[in-house]
Amino acid sequence: MATSEAGHSADQHAGDAHGHDHDHPDYLAHHFDTPEQQFDSGKLGMWLFLVTEVLFFSGMFCAYAIFRAWRPEVFEGCSQFLNTKLGAINTGVLLFSSFTMAWAVRASQLEEHKKTAALIATTLCCAMVFLGVKAVEYSHKWAMGLLPAGLFSYDENNPHPPGPNWLLYICMPFIVITIGVFLWMVFSWATKAKFQFQCAKPLFFVCLSFFGGVYLGTVLEPKVEDHAVHASADGHADAAEHAEGDPHAEGDSHAEGEAEAAGADEGEHTEEAHEAAPAEEETEEPVIELGSVVPKSGTMVDTSRDLEIQRKLASVEANSAVRDELNALERQDMNASGAITYHQTDDTSNTIAGSEEDVMRRSRAGVFFSIYYCMTGVHAIHILAGIGVLVWLLVRSLRKDFNRNYYGPVDYVGLYWHLVDLIWIYLFPLMYLIR
Amino acid sequence: MSAGKISSGSEIDDPGYPTPEENYLTNSKGLLSWIFTLDHKRIGVMYLVGVSVAFLVAGLLAIGIRLHLMSPDGWFLETGAVKAITGDKPTNDVYNQVFTLHGAIMVFLFIIPSVPAALGNFLVPIMLGAKDVAFPRLNLSSFYLWMFGAFFFISALLASGLDTGWTFYTPYSTTSNTSVILATSGAFILGFSSIFTGLNFIVTINTMRPPGMTWFRMPLFLWATYATSIIQVLATPVLGITLLLLIAERTMHIGIFDPQYNGDPVTFQHFFWFYSHPAVYIMILPAFGVISELISVHSHKRIFGYRFVAYSSIAIALLGFLVWGHHMFTSGMSPVTTIIFSALTFSVSVPSAIKVFNWLATMYKGSISLTTPMVYAIVFIFLFTIGGLTGLHLGTLATDQHLHDSYFVVAHFHFVMVGGTLVAFLGGVFHWWPKMFGKMYSEKGGIASAALVFIGFLVTFLPQFILGSRGMPRRYATYDPEFQTLHVASSIGSLILGLGLFVALFVLLKSLFSKERAPANMWGGATLEWACTSPPPFYNFQRAPAVDDPYDFTDIVWDSVSERYVRVEPERKLAPEEQPAHAGE
Ligand SMILES: [Cu+2]
Repeated sequence: MATSEAGHSADQHAGDAHGHDHDHPDYLAHHFDTPEQQFDSGKLGMWLFLVTEVLFFSGMFCAYAIFRAWRPEVFEGCSQFLNTKLGAINTGVLLFSSFTMAWAVRASQLEEHKKTAALIATTLCCAMVFLGVKAVEYSHKWAMGLLPAGLFSYDENNPHPPGPNWLLYICMPFIVITIGVFLWMVFSWATKAKFQFQCAKPLFFVCLSFFGGVYLGTVLEPKVEDHAVHASADGHADAAEHAEGDPHAEGDSHAEGEAEAAGADEGEHTEEAHEAAPAEEETEEPVIELGSVVPKSGTMVDTSRDLEIQRKLASVEANSAVRDELNALERQDMNASGAITYHQTDDTSNTIAGSEEDVMRRSRAGVFFSIYYCMTGVHAIHILAGIGVLVWLLVRSLRKDFNRNYYGPVDYVGLYWHLVDLIWIYLFPLMYLIR
Repeated sequence: MSAGKISSGSEIDDPGYPTPEENYLTNSKGLLSWIFTLDHKRIGVMYLVGVSVAFLVAGLLAIGIRLHLMSPDGWFLETGAVKAITGDKPTNDVYNQVFTLHGAIMVFLFIIPSVPAALGNFLVPIMLGAKDVAFPRLNLSSFYLWMFGAFFFISALLASGLDTGWTFYTPYSTTSNTSVILATSGAFILGFSSIFTGLNFIVTINTMRPPGMTWFRMPLFLWATYATSIIQVLATPVLGITLLLLIAERTMHIGIFDPQYNGDPVTFQHFFWFYSHPAVYIMILPAFGVISELISVHSHKRIFGYRFVAYSSIAIALLGFLVWGHHMFTSGMSPVTTIIFSALTFSVSVPSAIKVFNWLATMYKGSISLTTPMVYAIVFIFLFTIGGLTGLHLGTLATDQHLHDSYFVVAHFHFVMVGGTLVAFLGGVFHWWPKMFGKMYSEKGGIASAALVFIGFLVTFLPQFILGSRGMPRRYATYDPEFQTLHVASSIGSLILGLGLFVALFVLLKSLFSKERAPANMWGGATLEWACTSPPPFYNFQRAPAVDDPYDFTDIVWDSVSERYVRVEPERKLAPEEQPAHAGE
């Protein structure tokens, strides 16, 4: 979408039967006076589009900033589940692709058609490697249940429950496309359709590089049996201390975490879950958690629903007004019943500080992965869109559409590609390197 | 493919009566020539039809709301005819869905694209003396995105409705069992339509101005469009990501906005209003541009304080980004934040007031013709002033505590959006109708519609100020009997308003069948669109037109023989070869 407008110029003209007897070259759209005006318009349009893209991501960067400020320990803890090696490789791959893209712009200006096409194809290969690595990262996390808040189901004692082979599912469409391109290549070679063969050949290698990325990812991503590596991903803020050790050494705290996680399940089941959970920790150091907030004595059952909602609101730092109201309400209730059921009123504001051990609870850790999937997912969609326009550009460069006076589309797609790269350069440290 | 044939005869340049075969409406025929057109004028006309249909639907929903509120326990939605459609849904749920769809359709499908997309598409390139916008294909795709978004809204309506209010506040929007995802997807797509339109206009105005048209020789409509486009490009993406996150919240429970998963609903409000406050300027700024043109042309007097009017558009656009918090004074922000937002909110009233004063000063000692567009412009000034001033009550922290979420807000919003934008849109349509279709409507009918709209509007919304200040909350399907008199008055007013709008529609449609053709310069305007024929030819101008001061009316006089405005001096036209190659700064 972004760049399709940029290149509206050349093929536009052919269908126009207007009676102007001007000497417009083929690539100059009818409503522009000069190629410079057309180029400037396209470039300004592209820059404006990039501004909207930056603002689009800025919403998620804001969400990131807000939630990281509220729950720094969750972010630091969960960040360890991300494989820094793979992230670094992807960063390198994208940086390199930006370089080949910039070179392609230069080559198209110099009318080096072969080189332009080769460089664009290289850029495409890099994009595919990126996606391949990403596919491994995603599928591995899905298998472990490291999912957005509502679906989060990570279990430290059983981090690799049996489940579908996600990687295969992700690869499926790519396999189909690769086979399709391969058939196209063979067919065009057999029928001696020269231009088609010219297009299909680089595209086949582009498709293959996705599997190169997948291979790279699987080699570097820890194996399922390899528990020792997972220790570093155990989600404790101070995980570095026992990064080399066996995660189950801390079996007790894990069991607690387990119970907590179970307690944090869907609202209806909360009560039973809590009843079932070992209560030692609860009584010693009660911590009000979302979803686990259920009155323990019968005194507050009447208002429990309202209170629960209020409490959810109150656990968010900014809602000071709600919290005040809630505190008042509780005090009222205690007075009325004469029984003080909640002595941890102040803890609503303290849930964030000093609760390292429950970082990996479903209700808390999920938000990191929510933001992770939103940001990297939207970024991946941008990569996919970039692949789309790059393929279009590859075909056009093989058709020798570009020359020293008309190379706008290459330039605009280049700008877009650099932005996608740049966003990843921000995402990588913010997600992978925050420990 | 929009293939055009333009004979190179000299009659096309004669600003008199065009031969009907040679304008943009007739240069190619058939449905396909419209569906695949890249001509900005046809796209403008398609938008005009589209937004009018959306307005009709949302307007009928509004009438439904008002009729329901005739009785304290609700009347209209309980009647058998409505029950036949809604089935056994509880009446109050139906009411919630009706007001939600009224708001959502009006905001996303009508007001936002009304002036910029419909009138703007038609006028921006012509006012610039250009052949088209910078990216004609993107322009067409904007229109189809609009259609696509509208399709989503209709499917939401048909699926299970929508009852969150047009603001989609969490946590209700994450739990409501109506088609929130369909509607938000629609709004998301409409957002992109709006972004692409804005982007197109910015580039067009930046790079395609003709030689001689410096920034300060641009018609004020272009300034307003430019300011609007800036907001569209800068604010809409934030709405896009907000709605995307909302969809993710509903489907995957990402826990960003939903307190059930540790999310924060106030964050949603911040995100939403960061777009939606600037969005009200997307709605009103183009209306300011229309009014600046209307007042100046129909007073036959140079606009007073051109630079102030131009700069105030930009000032509103930029200040508009800093005031979103005034929607959340009661949502639990810190006191310091509310004070800052309140102060910033007041600052926006300064550029708005500058505009009103400049319009009044333009009319002062002007030679005013009370034509239909002028009557609408005057109605606009009156209603917008009330709408703007009541905004100050809501921007004040203390009074907002009382007025928040009451009918006072409803009345304020409608004074600005209906009394402001809709009236300006109608005024603009009446003003440029002869240019668009080459046909003149009945002035009597036009003025009658303006009068009915004015009276109907006041009867509808003045009582709502009183209702609100007495404590009637918005969005309620039933109310205390003490409010009935005012509610009934408001409902009757809405019927008068509806009648006025139908009269306007009738007058305009009827003109299409009249044989008489409108002259090129219907009102004696000096901007470039009046220099080409009515309707304009396919490429707008055969030769690049000479750029003059857009508000210099001294050369333009009424010629009583030919019954139209003519320039007394022969125009100083530059031959094409004398033109500099590229529009400079
Ligand atoms: Cu606002």
